[in-house]
Amino acid sequence: MDIYFFLAKAVIILVIFGITLLVATYSTYAERKVAAFMQDRLGPNRAGPWGLLQPIADAGKMFFKEDFIPANASKWLFIAGPSLAMLTACLTSCVIPFGGTLDLTFLGIDQPVQLQGIDVNIGILYVFGLVSLGVYGVMIGGWASNNKFSLLGAIRAASQNISYELAMSLSIIAIIMMTGSLSISQIVADQDSFFKWNIWRQPVGFIIFITCAFAECNRTPFDLPECETELIGGYHTEYSSMKLGFYLFAEYINMFVSSAVISALYFGGYHFPGESLLAGVLPEGALGHNLLTMIGAGVFFFKILFFIFFFMWVRWTIARFRYDQLMNLGWKSLIPLSIANILVTGVVILLLNN
Amino acid sequence: MQLTTRSKRVSNKKLSLGERLYLPAIVGGLGITIRHFFKKKVTIQYPEEQRSMSEVFRGLHVLKRDEVGRERCTACGLCAVACPAEAITMVAAERQPGEEHLYREEKYAAVYEINMLRCIFCGLCEEACPKSAIYLQSDKLAPAFYSRADIIYGKDRLLQSMDSIKTTSLKSGLTNSDRYVDKVWKDGKY
Repeated sequence: MDIYFFLAKAVIILVIFGITLLVATYSTYAERKVAAFMQDRLGPNRAGPWGLLQPIADAGKMFFKEDFIPANASKWLFIAGPSLAMLTACLTSCVIPFGGTLDLTFLGIDQPVQLQGIDVNIGILYVFGLVSLGVYGVMIGGWASNNKFSLLGAIRAASQNISYELAMSLSIIAIIMMTGSLSISQIVADQDSFFKWNIWRQPVGFIIFITCAFAECNRTPFDLPECETELIGGYHTEYSSMKLGFYLFAEYINMFVSSAVISALYFGGYHFPGESLLAGVLPEGALGHNLLTMIGAGVFFFKILFFIFFFMWVRWTIARFRYDQLMNLGWKSLIPLSIANILVTGVVILLLNN
Repeated sequence: MQLTTRSKRVSNKKLSLGERLYLPAIVGGLGITIRHFFKKKVTIQYPEEQRSMSEVFRGLHVLKRDEVGRERCTACGLCAVACPAEAITMVAAERQPGEEHLYREEKYAAVYEINMLRCIFCGLCEEACPKSAIYLQSDKLAPAFYSRADIIYGKDRLLQSMDSIKTTSLKSGLTNSDRYVDKVWKDGKY
């Protein structure tokens, strides 16, 4: 592998990391704005034009608050909790393909460079592995706080995430069966025209997946681990300053990653309708190819932003589930439904292949 | 026997499949929230934008001057007596020869103070004043303050400024409630 290819990859990874953090930062602003607009208010509009500097002001506030560790808390675990939550959240975005390939022969790179951190052949497995590790951040934080409410929140989070991860993975298996690959870029490449998007081929799987994604991100209507009214904030009750900031920030990064995974798996990733038409109009060679890739990446980000908006939209529409309803929905509805979905998909694939 | 016309019959019928799926209801809910998203907001952004106040709103007090700029107040103390919150204090003084251009009557208020924490903005001082000297302005609020000394308004802050006597003429000793009655009478909306 030559050094220029390595450098190009390094730049792409840095940009993806930066964009992930930027989107997560501005998600906090968007959340408040969307919440306000849906409640007929205006939302933050004092810091900068239209309140655009609000996230920076929030971060500044977080840093200047007292960083307090309760006397009876387990100190190391108390620090490890938010660190782990942040770490697992940040690691996930590296396997998501943000665009097609770039032709960088003019820089002396012979191989096409894909807009993706690393193209591993088990991409989707890697995402699920990290997402389930994210539970440890919540669990350790809640345990280390030495507080009944935090522990309750952490236990809720752990059981909820484990229950919904099952249905989530099962709903993905149908897609993997169709594509025959665990690599996310392979799954995206498989949906290269509008009518081959997985949303048309797997509508039930999509509904199961998005429901589970809400549960995995601890978002309403499944925000039981951190419900303010019952658990005074849940697992992060005892946290203050930037440790609390990390927990909240990790939630927004998870939201970004979930949106990216949803758009990649079900909405064709960086593919968009009219792509082949546009490819005919654009100039031949490296320039046209790179332009098309960049437009594709833009479309992908548009899809991601739409799903982030959808997360917020749902948050201000649906009320929180009760805990038994949550468990009933997970174990008695979503898991049987996803198993049925796998069976139907398998039968259809078998019939089509014969 | 029916006791009220507003009673509703409660039904215990089982939810249909569509209702048990939740999804149609969720889509309906999403429709409602997105409609609110694009709705015109009713917020009035206070410091930049101010809600117009009623003509008879009782805001910050002003000590009036007459047409040639002399203070109207004669320190009779009727406002202080009328004040239910006991917010007004004054010290009277005698007009000296050569001060006729400053004070309208022979006696004037050397000190005139209103405690804005006590004041309940009832407007009884305005009703009580025989000289039409004190008014509650309908377009000006008593501002917020940062220290306790700030809230005792003396003559320095209460007196009408000399610039404004030319522009606004005094409405012949009418109080707010008089003006309201006049307006209602004129508009024929009584």
